[in-house]
Amino acid sequence: MSLRTAAASVAENAAPARLRPNPFALTWALPMAIWQLLFFVAPLCFLFVMTFWIVQNFRLTPAFDLQNWHAMLGARYFWEIYFRTLIYGLLAAGLVSLIAFPCSYMLAFRAPFSLRWFAVFLLITPFFTSYLVRSYSWKVVLTGNGIVNAGLGFLRLGPFDMVNNLFGTMVGYLTLTLPLVVLLQLFSLAYVDRNLVEAAHNLGCTAIKTVFLIVMPAARVGIVLAATFAFILSFGDYVSPSLLGGSKPPTLSVLMVDVVKSGANWPQASVVAVMMIVTLLAVSFAALIYAYGGKGRG
Amino acid sequence: MSLRRIGTVLLWCYVVTVFAFIMAPIATSFIVSFNFDRFPTLPLGAFSLRWYQDIAQDPMLPPAFRNTIIVGFTVSVIATTLGFAAAYTDYRYRFAGKQVYLALALLPPTIPVVILGLAMLIFLTKIGLFGTLKAIIISHIVVCLPFAMALIRLRLSQMDQSLEAAAWNLGATEWRAMRDVILPFTLPAILAALFITMAVSFDEYAIAWFVSGFQETLPVRILAMFQGQVSPRINAIGSIVFTITMTLVILAQAILLLRRPARAPD
Repeated sequence: MSLRTAAASVAENAAPARLRPNPFALTWALPMAIWQLLFFVAPLCFLFVMTFWIVQNFRLTPAFDLQNWHAMLGARYFWEIYFRTLIYGLLAAGLVSLIAFPCSYMLAFRAPFSLRWFAVFLLITPFFTSYLVRSYSWKVVLTGNGIVNAGLGFLRLGPFDMVNNLFGTMVGYLTLTLPLVVLLQLFSLAYVDRNLVEAAHNLGCTAIKTVFLIVMPAARVGIVLAATFAFILSFGDYVSPSLLGGSKPPTLSVLMVDVVKSGANWPQASVVAVMMIVTLLAVSFAALIYAYGGKGRG
Repeated sequence: MSLRRIGTVLLWCYVVTVFAFIMAPIATSFIVSFNFDRFPTLPLGAFSLRWYQDIAQDPMLPPAFRNTIIVGFTVSVIATTLGFAAAYTDYRYRFAGKQVYLALALLPPTIPVVILGLAMLIFLTKIGLFGTLKAIIISHIVVCLPFAMALIRLRLSQMDQSLEAAAWNLGATEWRAMRDVILPFTLPAILAALFITMAVSFDEYAIAWFVSGFQETLPVRILAMFQGQVSPRINAIGSIVFTITMTLVILAQAILLLRRPARAPD
């Protein structure tokens, strides 16, 4: 019995075989790599190359010229927009993590199994509804004499300006990120060792202290990853700042789309895009180091 | 004790509020689509199908809908095939540079869609595909493939590795073992991947907006309406698309649940 279990576990943990280039192996290994190199890596590389091209007489001309970089990075408005977008992204990530945590905690530790699965199902639903339509619903609901202001009017409150400003933008970011962040936090909390929590309680630790001293450190990787995803999504989102925030003030994505659609200046738009990618990589990298750093083990 | 009770009750109220926030836009979209007023407020107007009649008469919608369907079907088949191959490779082999290989497969969803949209616009224009359905299909495969790969890889990790080895020992070629062992076992995940990738493609607006030119898809049309005049027609379209997508997703989940192995999960 124990021998069989051991054998099974050995079989299950067996390292995958080394790939030897034969027709069978290559048939499975190559297609995805070729496709992604051709249609994912190449476009991104070309985007970088494009930043050095110039627009002459409304025509794109291959060149190696730094003028687009000078034009963008030398402009005061670029840096204003850049730091605004960065702050919006961080704000959204922090806000959504704070809002999500009590919810994920209750679902992970206090909810019965069936309720947790129902919650997961509800959390997955938004991924398959158009984010555009959901944002549009918020716009209708939150607008000047929309449903929320009418409801508040009965309570003799308001009307409040809730769209075409930062509030509207943040509602959009939350719509985009909240379900994902609750899901990721929930999964990481589900793996926290219950014995640790019990031990803390037995040793006289209050519930709130247990959350801060035991639960949050143990689930750190998941919590940080969730916040990072929220940052990535908000930082690059176009719909919230433009359609719920009214593009006043603009973010990097709004600027980029403007430069492409109205200005038809692809090289300068590419500079914005490359700056966004660099920022996202830097933030994600820092977050990963923080998440897995120290003695952190998920 | 009672103080703790109150705290617990308050926390559960909080959970309900968060879920209300998440579900509110979906629910209101349905309500608004059946509401007579162009600018809905409280109290709600009369029940009406006028927005649905409106969209039924919009000449821009049928071609957009057709494009969405063509793109969705093509993308789901190709993305799932590529995702399957990548998932099997990850399951079966180790090789130098495997981290890079996996990054290729899984990174696209972490790049903001507007950036991918711009990159695709520039690249696909360069190779002469801008404004064609092919352009949308190619870009959507890049974005959808990771979902297919992840789903199928998850299923493969539930498989006992000795099954395939046993087939080889009994004289099956690698191809035969693939057909008779791996494929049947991963079939539920393959079907789920087909549905999920189709759903992702149905919803994708940003990249399609950049590369589609005049070949609009439904989400691109919705974006254009959003930027234009305000009207609950968007909610009507959204409600129809939501119903279709949710049907696909529920089908996918049902398949996964029904075909789950009988043994207890460990």
